[in-house]
Amino acid sequence: MAFLDLLYFGSLRETLGKDGERVDPPSHVLTIEDLVAWLGERDEPYRSAFGAPSRIGGAVEGERVGNRDSIFGAREVALFPPPGAL
Amino acid sequence: MIDIRIQAGDFDPGRQLGRLEELGRAAVSGFVAMVEAAEDVTEILVEHHPVLAKNALRRIAEETERNWPLAGIILIHRHGRLRRGERLAFAAVAASDPRHALDGCCFLVDALRSRALFWRKELAADGSGRWMEP
Repeated sequence: MAFLDLLYFGSLRETLGKDGERVDPPSHVLTIEDLVAWLGERDEPYRSAFGAPSRIGGAVEGERVGNRDSIFGAREVALFPPPGAL
Repeated sequence: MIDIRIQAGDFDPGRQLGRLEELGRAAVSGFVAMVEAAEDVTEILVEHHPVLAKNALRRIAEETERNWPLAGIILIHRHGRLRRGERLAFAAVAASDPRHALDGCCFLVDALRSRALFWRKELAADGSGRWMEP
């Protein structure tokens, strides 16, 4: 897979201390779920940030997707905690 | 007609309802979300990404339009720093059938609460803050 630009929002951004980064995921990372699991294997603060994978949502190229949806070929993926400001 | 606005500034609910009234349908139903927070919260921060937020609101509006025969939909969501008592969001629809207007507006509000891609942090006077996540 080519390089992937990640965007982080909300508490996820704050826990990680950055609003995004460029990564090079291994070939077995095919879905949002895979990506979150892979990031969660890193040292802190990633372990804490991705400690509850089911609470992390994703969007591919600006469109929200399900966690089992593919990120194959994506250039930009956003990851975020449950949204809602109301 | 679908009109989606994401903005830092305030909006005038009456003026927005008036735009829907001009469509000449039997019913206009509207909802205004206000900022409510605990006493120690001085303001909230509404975080968003322009493209993600706009796409999410567009999908919500399109889904609403598929489910009910509506003549118009207006969705407005504010971002940035807001104080208690300020307007936060607006959802309104126009329809020929009052039940469709009410149900469509209810659907929009529920979707705004759970699917609109905005994140809220409550900020206290002492500088502390907490993210409010469902």
